[in-house]
Amino acid sequence: MEYFLQQLINGLTLGAIYGLIAIGYTMVYGIIGMINFAHGDIYMIGAFMAIIWFLVTGLLGITWVPLAILVMLVLSMIFTATYGWTIERFAYKPLRGSQRLAALISAIGMSIFLENYVQLLQGARVKPLQPMVQGGIAVMERADGFVVNLSYLQIIIMALTLALMLGFSQLISRTELGRRQRACEQDQTMAALLGVDVDRTISITFVIGAALAAVAGVMVTLYYGVIDFYIGFLAGLKAFTAAVLGGIGSITGAMVGGLLIGLIEAYWSAYFSVEYKDVAAFSILVLVLIFRPYGILGKPEIEKV
Amino acid sequence: MRSETPGAFSDLDPRTILKEVGFAGLVALGLTFAMVGLRTVDSNTGDGAVLGIDTRFADVAWTVALVMVGRFLLILDRAGLPIPVILGGIAMAVVTQVIPMPGTVLPVFGLIGGGVLALKGVLTLVRHRSKLTAQERDEAMDRAGQRFQKLSRYLGPALAAFAIVMPFLPFADRQVIDIATLILTYVMLGWGLNIVVGLAGLLDLGYVAFYAIGAYSYALLAQTFGFSFWLCLPLAGILSAFGGLMLGFPVLRLRGDYLAIVTLGFGEMVRIILLNWYKVTGGPDGISGIPRPSFFGFADFARHAPPGSTTFHELFGLEYDTLYRVIFLYYLILALALLVNFVTMRVRRLPIGRAWEALREDDIACQSLGINRTNVKLAAFTTGAMFAGFAGSFFATRQGFISPESFTFIESAIILAIVVLGGMGSQLGVVFASIILIGMPEWFRDLEQYRMLAFGGGMVLIMIWRPRGLLAHRDPTVLLHGRGGPAESEIRAEQQAAEAAS
Amino acid sequence: MASDKTPLLEVEHLTMRFGGLVAVDDVSFVAADREITAIIGPNGAGKTTVFNCLTGFYKPTVGMLRMTRNGSEFLLERMEGHAIARVAGVARTFQNIRLFANMSVLENLLVAQHNKLQLASAFSLAGVFGFKGYRKAEREAIDQARYWLDRINLLARADFSAGNLPYGDQRRLEIARAMCTGPAMLCLDEPAAGLNPRESGDLNELLTFIRDEHKTGVLLIEHDMSVVMKISDHVVVLDYGRKISDGSPAEVRADPAVIRAYLGEEEDEDLPDEIAADLAGKQEAGTARPEGQG
Repeated sequence: MEYFLQQLINGLTLGAIYGLIAIGYTMVYGIIGMINFAHGDIYMIGAFMAIIWFLVTGLLGITWVPLAILVMLVLSMIFTATYGWTIERFAYKPLRGSQRLAALISAIGMSIFLENYVQLLQGARVKPLQPMVQGGIAVMERADGFVVNLSYLQIIIMALTLALMLGFSQLISRTELGRRQRACEQDQTMAALLGVDVDRTISITFVIGAALAAVAGVMVTLYYGVIDFYIGFLAGLKAFTAAVLGGIGSITGAMVGGLLIGLIEAYWSAYFSVEYKDVAAFSILVLVLIFRPYGILGKPEIEKV
Repeated sequence: MRSETPGAFSDLDPRTILKEVGFAGLVALGLTFAMVGLRTVDSNTGDGAVLGIDTRFADVAWTVALVMVGRFLLILDRAGLPIPVILGGIAMAVVTQVIPMPGTVLPVFGLIGGGVLALKGVLTLVRHRSKLTAQERDEAMDRAGQRFQKLSRYLGPALAAFAIVMPFLPFADRQVIDIATLILTYVMLGWGLNIVVGLAGLLDLGYVAFYAIGAYSYALLAQTFGFSFWLCLPLAGILSAFGGLMLGFPVLRLRGDYLAIVTLGFGEMVRIILLNWYKVTGGPDGISGIPRPSFFGFADFARHAPPGSTTFHELFGLEYDTLYRVIFLYYLILALALLVNFVTMRVRRLPIGRAWEALREDDIACQSLGINRTNVKLAAFTTGAMFAGFAGSFFATRQGFISPESFTFIESAIILAIVVLGGMGSQLGVVFASIILIGMPEWFRDLEQYRMLAFGGGMVLIMIWRPRGLLAHRDPTVLLHGRGGPAESEIRAEQQAAEAAS
Repeated sequence: MASDKTPLLEVEHLTMRFGGLVAVDDVSFVAADREITAIIGPNGAGKTTVFNCLTGFYKPTVGMLRMTRNGSEFLLERMEGHAIARVAGVARTFQNIRLFANMSVLENLLVAQHNKLQLASAFSLAGVFGFKGYRKAEREAIDQARYWLDRINLLARADFSAGNLPYGDQRRLEIARAMCTGPAMLCLDEPAAGLNPRESGDLNELLTFIRDEHKTGVLLIEHDMSVVMKISDHVVVLDYGRKISDGSPAEVRADPAVIRAYLGEEEDEDLPDEIAADLAGKQEAGTARPEGQG
């Protein structure tokens, strides 16, 4: 029971990170119907930004941890968002309206480019980071001394994710921007006719997606303490799996999918084998898709005839 | 966002220029400030690696300056002033070569950027400031593709003939043959995937899984049971096809993008299993000492024949040379690739091939015509997997060593890029795309660290330039009127004549 | 309805719900063999939904769809989509034409004969080696295609891409393609939409030809009253998912319920003719494609 609880905590933390990346996939897919294959690498860039700004805050002598984290978070979000904007502008926008595969190939090319770009500029070595936030709360203790630990960092990650999720769903449902976004999702031509600047809305979608991926990147850097230029691929793949699992196009679905993938991974690693945790995640995806092809929270799509 | 009308001098309003150039500079600064300007470095202080930071702000300044100049020149080009653009582009290219710059990338960046800008200026000049629309440009390229396709009736056999005599040409040293063998492996894989993606329109991002199944099947069969290459080859193909069937059966009902992600997941799953199933696959160490193919079972390519058999050079009375095996392997993959091509060309003209293409065009209409979509998809998937299995066993026997590292997602991406780049469904396009994507980077192996960077960037640029692939034209598989069928104008004239008569 | 006719398709209590929306509500009718049955009704009346249930794209919420072909009965609601076309012999066209645009006209007609050819090619095995039996079957398939191309006046353009044909030709080609499957019943979803009066006349001729010469039942969704009234043997009127009238063209034309559905309560005119004139006038204006309504 205690062990189970510990895995629940670990799984939810991991799931929160996947969920934040998954939102970027699901938003872009919702609005322009393409798999932004480079999104995992945006998250990787976010993680590198985190390390870079962490080091800079250290150099600047900011020692108060909450301020350091805040500075790191904000700067990483801004600089990563620039990448999101630029990638959309140069690699995807010219291909809007061409066949879907062209955009996907462009995205795959962009993903390869970014990985090698970061490798070239920041080196191929794994980047270690001293833990910034230590300690935690002992939630429960078993008779044999096993302690269920909820670290402060896990609290920060979950709280931040929750706050971003709430803020974000408000953004989508309440603001003008959210309305524009939903309009573009429904029908771009019609939205344009009604005076919505479609290009701008799509750009903003990429910027928001990249910023959220940067948050995930910062969290992962703090949580694991090691990153390299290749982390984007698998994380991206799992986040996309999460988006599909939750029902692509649905923001809540992305979060639910992310949490599910996180939990599956945590429990599978704990009770079966660490090596096959990714296999477990993908197998669940296949099973879900076979029985519920539109995901857990997605709307069933009727074949349009 | 900005007006695209050429020749609008109002674009030269200083405020607009300042705004646009400033914005470009700001974006460039955002992109480079942290990533380029601040480099994380390991600074060993004795107690383990600690990260430190290096600054490279000169690089950042140069990049931002170049981007701003480039943006300014683009504005001039848009305003219909090609001469300063050409001069500016050339100046940019020259200056970046002459002035000592920090790093080695910036001069290349300046050269390419300046060159492209100058070229753009020249194009604007040549076209008398009348820009073609994207669609016109696309159509022009299509016509070129169509003419090319006509040529391809001769070009295909000519290329095949060249491939056959290639090893005996004077320039063909060991390196050339090795690269050609590699290219042909990808041509074969591309042709195999072309059936799935190009003809049937099913997006498969895990094609490398079948390649891996073929390679491991060959390696394990040959090592465990001592089967010869010629027996293992079909077996590996069958096992891969079986893998395709197993995967395809549950997932082929899924729509395009879901299929893509599931196949991608499947590719990763196969790799993870290969990596962790230590007892059978050797895990990350892979399998080494995979038997090499013999000369059709008659002779061996080794220097000394194993007992009871003879060697190739003894059989033909030649001096021993390792090149013989290289050439033999080259012909082996050439024959396999041509076989795949032959079968594909043949199948395209069969009902199943037409059903594949119909499925790509409109799968709902297919169902309304009584075509079982799942079966047709499954056939495409299985056939493609089988060809990948053949290629996999060739890969295993050529390398003599395989490990999961050879079967990562990037391989799937490269094969898919070859198919899409070539023009979906075009057999010849696959050949050209393989030469561009595999051959060119091989030649530039010295620039190892920039190779994959350029590969990724190139993929993006080619897609933007030609979204439908290099050779996107399609010839019908069957003609009612033969090659000299009536043209639209003739038909119309005839109909008008008939109407006038009645 | 005359009882001496052989029923080809019997629809009983067909209901289709999408979430809370009832698109088709308890509709029953019979389409007789070798007759043209028209389903008419205002936009959103549920006509295309009926078609989609018939051809297996939707599974009806409630209801039975019984198809009789060569004396055997098929319950369409229980069959898979492709089997409905292959076994039960129901072929269809689509409101927003679904040709294989990048394939040639001839290829479109050969794909329609896929099952026959696939069998002849022994599932591609005999085909790869070019066996005689397959070559003969392919020749026959091409002859069949040639026959229909001649019929729809597209023989000369057989090797063109289907997507490059003019709109009217594409409509006719889609009908020919459906006929190449050798159906017992042909379902046409607004075949006259976007046609000019002359093309419309050609279409009437083609449909009566299919009915009389190919002994095929035709089920037709149509807005163009000049087509409906001229060639239909039997008309079913839907409104808001319900059947409001059913009978011969003359009966339906006189039915007050139909008039109400089309023009509202107050109007008291001999309506269908009005609409016919109106629509014919509109279509002369141009050959602009009508937007598909799904």
